[in-house]
Amino acid sequence: MSFDLIADILTSVFLLLGAFLSLAAGVGLIRFPDAIARMHATTKPQILGLTFILAGIALEERQLSTTLVLMALLAFQMMTAPISAHMIGRAGYRNDVIAPGSLLVDELKQSIDEVQQELGRAENEPKNENDDGSPN
Amino acid sequence: MSDWVFIVVGLTLTAAAATALFRIIRGPSILDRMIASDMLLTTMICALGAEMIYNSHTRSLAAMFVLAGTAFLGSVVVARYVSRNGRL
Amino acid sequence: MTRQKRDHAVGPRAEVPRQATRREVRGNLWTQLPLLLGLVLLWTVLWGQATWISVITGFIVAITVTRVFYLPPAELSGRLNLWYLLVFLAHFFLDVAIASFTVAFQALNPRPIPASSVIGISLRTSSDLIMTLDAIAMSLVPGSLVVEADRERGILYLHTFATQTPEDIEAMRRKVLIVEARIVRAIGSKSDLARIHESEATS
Repeated sequence: MSFDLIADILTSVFLLLGAFLSLAAGVGLIRFPDAIARMHATTKPQILGLTFILAGIALEERQLSTTLVLMALLAFQMMTAPISAHMIGRAGYRNDVIAPGSLLVDELKQSIDEVQQELGRAENEPKNENDDGSPN
Repeated sequence: MSDWVFIVVGLTLTAAAATALFRIIRGPSILDRMIASDMLLTTMICALGAEMIYNSHTRSLAAMFVLAGTAFLGSVVVARYVSRNGRL
Repeated sequence: MTRQKRDHAVGPRAEVPRQATRREVRGNLWTQLPLLLGLVLLWTVLWGQATWISVITGFIVAITVTRVFYLPPAELSGRLNLWYLLVFLAHFFLDVAIASFTVAFQALNPRPIPASSVIGISLRTSSDLIMTLDAIAMSLVPGSLVVEADRERGILYLHTFATQTPEDIEAMRRKVLIVEARIVRAIGSKSDLARIHESEATS
């Protein structure tokens, strides 16, 4: 068995796995109940799917410059995906996109309520206890 | 590499893109549409990669970068818009 | 985010006390340098050729970018344990792989979608860098997503997917703390490390 054949087989497996993960993400996108749950389904399995496909490209090309570019692309995706996921998740949580009844416990709501009670005792108002200060 | 692999991959990615399109049309909120278009772009990156393997070239690498950047900027802008305006 | 990733890669060379004094005297040239070199490397990789022109234009672009989009300097501990960094990365990629397939099968499984939760986890360390890295690591592992981060009290609020029972929630809580411990072992400061050991001895 030559190396080329092994590389071809591995590339095929990687491509199929990547496509499968993309499709699973799409099914989750349709089935899951609210925006944040849908984000669990899409962004992150898709990064693994993309990793598989990029690994397939690297295996087929087998050139250092191409591999470096692919690694830069993957690093870019891995750094930006948590940022956009966090920002969308935060915006979603604050705008109550979470389907009612789909949460088992909600500790953030508990601590926001606690803070608001304390604030309410001192004086009423300030609703959002931190507006834009947390690290994004 | 045999052709049926690429046929299967192409059909699967097309189905994934179709689910994303469905979610973009259905909504219900702008965040859902943003998540779905993010996924559509990632599916396009995957498709570009598969095409590069099929035709064994590396000319689409720059396009993949641009798509990844567009997806990120789009989500950040929409998320900021939603947190600013408190409106979906 | 970029700078923090790059900085801890060259941890041992950037000693903390010197860094602190230099930063006052001469701006933050030393903390900027790893980021600059990383950007130049990225530029040459994108051009696909390492010629003098691409390196020099890379430096010009990198300096412009870091001047225009200024980032606050990351607080480094100055400690780096390569072995534990490898342990952390290996665990991390394994977690991503396993959890991605788990979520994929949950999506394809025809049974009803399990309930989610929002849980708050107070971290044992107080470093911004470790909190950021922990949040990134947890965000990339499918099934958990950082909704909110309380920097002052060191609490991460996670939206966890498919946590149906209190045991699932406890497991996720432990998981965040384990990831934190791995990061601290790799790049955390001595005091953070002591705090981790202390809490592990008591629990």
